[in-house]
Amino acid sequence: MLKHARQQAKPLLTNNNRTLDGEPNVLTLTHYLVLSAILFAVSVFGIFVNRKNLIVLLMAIELMLLAVNMNFVAFSQFLGDASGQVFVFFILTVAAAESAIGLAILVVLFRNLRSINVEDLGSLKG
Amino acid sequence: MTWTSLNAWAAAPEIFLLVAVSVILLIDLFVSDAKRHITYLLTLVSLAITACLTVNGLAQPVQLAFSGMFVADPIAGVAKLGMVLGVALVLIYGRTYAEARGIYKGELFSLTLFALLGMMVMSSALNFVTLYVGLELLSLSLYALVALRRDNVHATEAAMKYFILGALASGMLLYGMSMVYGATHSLDILTIAQRVMNGEVNHLLIVFGIVFIVVGIGFKLGAVPFHMWVPDVYEGSPTLIAQLIGSAPKIAAFAFVIRILAQGLEAYVQDWRGMLVVMAILSLAIGNLTAIAQTNIKRMFAYSTISHMGFLLLGILVGTPVGYAAAFFYAVTYMLTTAAGFGLVMLLSREGFEADRIDDFKGLNQRSPWFAAMMLLVMFSMAGIPVFVGFFAKLAILEAVVNLGLTWLAIYAVLMSVIGAFYYLRVVKVMYFDDAEDKSPIVAGLDSRVVLSVNCLLLLIIGLMPDRLLYLISAAVAHSLLPA
Repeated sequence: MLKHARQQAKPLLTNNNRTLDGEPNVLTLTHYLVLSAILFAVSVFGIFVNRKNLIVLLMAIELMLLAVNMNFVAFSQFLGDASGQVFVFFILTVAAAESAIGLAILVVLFRNLRSINVEDLGSLKG
Repeated sequence: MTWTSLNAWAAAPEIFLLVAVSVILLIDLFVSDAKRHITYLLTLVSLAITACLTVNGLAQPVQLAFSGMFVADPIAGVAKLGMVLGVALVLIYGRTYAEARGIYKGELFSLTLFALLGMMVMSSALNFVTLYVGLELLSLSLYALVALRRDNVHATEAAMKYFILGALASGMLLYGMSMVYGATHSLDILTIAQRVMNGEVNHLLIVFGIVFIVVGIGFKLGAVPFHMWVPDVYEGSPTLIAQLIGSAPKIAAFAFVIRILAQGLEAYVQDWRGMLVVMAILSLAIGNLTAIAQTNIKRMFAYSTISHMGFLLLGILVGTPVGYAAAFFYAVTYMLTTAAGFGLVMLLSREGFEADRIDDFKGLNQRSPWFAAMMLLVMFSMAGIPVFVGFFAKLAILEAVVNLGLTWLAIYAVLMSVIGAFYYLRVVKVMYFDDAEDKSPIVAGLDSRVVLSVNCLLLLIIGLMPDRLLYLISAAVAHSLLPA
């Protein structure tokens, strides 16, 4: 009974960071880099493929900056250098200002165009 | 950290400009529309003082400030002088134009000055953080300036396109910076240069980073294949903002490239040279060939900018101080030329009439022989015809490229310039050999007429005596913190 309870209380990961199968399960720098590369790719894809909605474009831009932030934080943590995390604060601040301006431009554009469809942005050609 | 270790005096022009913008912003709140010229004069005075402080800083030896995040060296000093002049020209030429379109407001002045501040920080930055903050200060101000005519569909659409592609470029650049940071463990450009030179970095990671940085720079410069925003933004934005985007930021972009590629990643010159060669070849071809088909002169200027950026990249990719000096000379003289070109477009425009079609220049010789001659100077200089300054700028770059051993690239660039001469000379033909469609007199203030004439004549005078400016710029490059 007591043995059973102790087994239940046992976390899925043991303290030496191995799964029950005995495989090492440490989050390495590579995991973070791959995740941020995926996020970055998703956001670039979102900018070039999206043909419907300008707000989705703005979201993709935010996602792109967040992917970069994750890169910086991961490098900063694993290399033991704090300056990367300081840079992230700057990027976050600028990203806030950037989305404020982006949304402001979106509002004036909607007033003139009555649409936020990307395909309606066609008055300038040549 | 003490006050002396900050060495804030090295950043005196920037600090003064920041204070001045804030004061102008406040004063403008109490100024009525009829007395807007107070803001205008204050802006010009603060530009003049900023220029004086910069000249004063040029006389000092190279100084690091803010724990090495900021550097006051001759490259930054000369670049700042060029940018201050460029911004002053925008305001002088654009005053009447802005008044007629209801954008002669406090925002115009404060945003323009903030853009200038961003450019100045960019050209003096010696750390990825300062580079990025300066770049974004410039870009965010420009996005807002393009949308200044907020009831105009073209302007707002141009602003949206500029915003999206500009933000994409910043993202690319930051991703590249994060890779370089990961490889070198530092955001400081001099430390990066040192670690790269010692070879203690992950080669793959840093090359991966360089690719993204070059893509970001390509977007910001407007080089092919990242040029899509340039024509739309030039055509859609108010002409004075198009002049602002086309002139001073090109010098800032040059300084930006020098800081990252030449100062930080000089050891990888073989890797980034190849990428710049491809961008330069494509820019020269697409810029010059597409410009032929344009009927809108602002759009034509946009494609001509793309081809000129190809030339600028040719100078940078040489990767020696001679090449950098040639590219720097090109950026400064291009700023003067393009400012005069847009100034003439604004000179012909009036309330409710943009003068942005090439046909609007028909028979300019009959309406005003003097300004037709001025436009002739600008077009000849852009085409690179001898004795005009554009010729010497191109010559210096071609010389550096030939010395590198890339003779085929120089021949290609000359061929593309010959194609480019076609559409510049077409404007001259239209001015002198066609009849004027509208014979209305030119309305413009005396100040912009005089400054514009001086600006155009400078293109000829510097062309006749290029030695002095070329020497100044070569000395600036030689005395800066470039690796030997």
